[in-house]
Amino acid sequence: MSVLVKGLIKKYGEQTAVNDVSFEIKRGNIVGFLGPNGAGKSTTMKMITGTLPADAGIVEVDGIDVGQQPLEIKKHIGYLPEHNPLYLDMYVHEFLRFCGGIYGMSGKSLKSRVADLVDLCGLQKEQNKQIGALSKGYRQRVGLAQALVHDPSVLILDEPTTGLDPNQIIEIRNLILSISKDKTVLLSTHIMQEVQALCNRAIIIKEGKLVADQSVNELTEEKEKFTIKIELEKQADLSFWTTHQEVNTLKLVTETEYLLETTKDIRKEILNWVTQNDVDLVGISLEKGNMEEVFHKLTQNN
Amino acid sequence: MWSIFTKEINSFLNSLIAYLVMGVFLVSMGLLVWVFPDTAIFEYGYADMGIFFNLAPYVLMFLIPAITMKALAEESKSGTFELLMTKPITELKLLLGKYLAGLVLVVISLIPTLVYYFSLSYLSNPVGNVDSAGIMGAYIGLLFLVSAYTGIGIFASSLSENQIVAFIIAVFISFIFFMGFSSIADLPFIAESSLQIEKAGMLAHYDSLGKGVIDFRDMLYFVSITALFLGATFWVLKLRKWNS
Repeated sequence: MSVLVKGLIKKYGEQTAVNDVSFEIKRGNIVGFLGPNGAGKSTTMKMITGTLPADAGIVEVDGIDVGQQPLEIKKHIGYLPEHNPLYLDMYVHEFLRFCGGIYGMSGKSLKSRVADLVDLCGLQKEQNKQIGALSKGYRQRVGLAQALVHDPSVLILDEPTTGLDPNQIIEIRNLILSISKDKTVLLSTHIMQEVQALCNRAIIIKEGKLVADQSVNELTEEKEKFTIKIELEKQADLSFWTTHQEVNTLKLVTETEYLLETTKDIRKEILNWVTQNDVDLVGISLEKGNMEEVFHKLTQNN
Repeated sequence: MWSIFTKEINSFLNSLIAYLVMGVFLVSMGLLVWVFPDTAIFEYGYADMGIFFNLAPYVLMFLIPAITMKALAEESKSGTFELLMTKPITELKLLLGKYLAGLVLVVISLIPTLVYYFSLSYLSNPVGNVDSAGIMGAYIGLLFLVSAYTGIGIFASSLSENQIVAFIIAVFISFIFFMGFSSIADLPFIAESSLQIEKAGMLAHYDSLGKGVIDFRDMLYFVSITALFLGATFWVLKLRKWNS
């Protein structure tokens, strides 16, 4: 299922929270939704799920308008809200059965679906506990299980890894990867490595406006300058390259590791030079710019 | 709607509130009807349940809001209301599920009081000499009254995120509707319209049902009050969504 957002606007009094945002997500893509706090990420996500009415614009999930048929849309969307609200006095199975019941599931199929979800989300150990007694990581898993109960084709996850420890983050990330096959996923996060690890594409908004909508590779690709990392087996004299016209700087990182900042991709030339001069090269690679810098550049106030 | 209903019933039965409310209701009614000399049937000497039906509305005026105050206030406060709204369920079904769950719980706590009827029937002289039809009618009146109280409670719960605020609003509205109108009708300067004002309150309709006269208009009155407050709740939820 594809998600189409066109000219979405949401105003709170004088303040425009979401200002003319448009994008499209094709089936099977995992898209990162980035932006500083208060940029309108959660607002946009709520409008896609149909919980929040938009002031203007269209949201379509697989060609069905959210404003026209909100109930139909909700059957296809799984949503994990930002603070992951749960009924703390309910038991894990009870809660998941309740959620399934709302989607019209019942009887054996619901029971087996809940059992599958408990396995899928790694809740086996905690499945007989009250939700209030679970740690944050496990609550997050319950939240994900709740979003998946009706096997939705579109998943909207609002900051699924906030407040988790590094191990839990990796676990939740792997979980998202494993469940997201042939689903359309939109996830918001503040962790840039997460975008690089999970997403094919990133949408960045700032003050309610779209500032970037590109693949992660394109975003991190540097166009004006290249950084080439050279690893040698033992020390060698690379001073030749400092005089090369494409090279800006040559930096020694460790005894055998160099960083060349150049204006062109001159890896081939380096390789030729290395073979001609009998230097023992162990590695050469083009360093990618990091997502954090890109994010900073796109969203900081001038 | 039924999944909400089941969930509510389960959460009532898993929490202390349901048992507390039922216990308090039954103990206080038992004391008032059978033990306290000011009101007890034994002192009064007639095999009649009038005292129960006269006092129950005042006790329930506090107990029903205690049951319903949580219904929507808690959902808004904990954010689970937002979660429910992302699921394919309409506001109407949500509030009907909550309403029915509250009503069923109240009705369950009324059922044990049927024992009073059988005790009374056994104690009367000759045995069985009680006004069964009158008591039946009064029970029907009480059912209609608690359905209206529950509707008011659900409405109050939609107004605030705070359960205490919801409780106080519900008690106040119930109080005004039950006896506020008939008391206002006694004011001397509105003597001409006093009948209409009295009829706007629940007490007049409850009393007439309590006499064992099942009048369609009285039933319609209580159903309308319930529908009015549930309709108002529906709009509160809708407006909150559109203003969010």
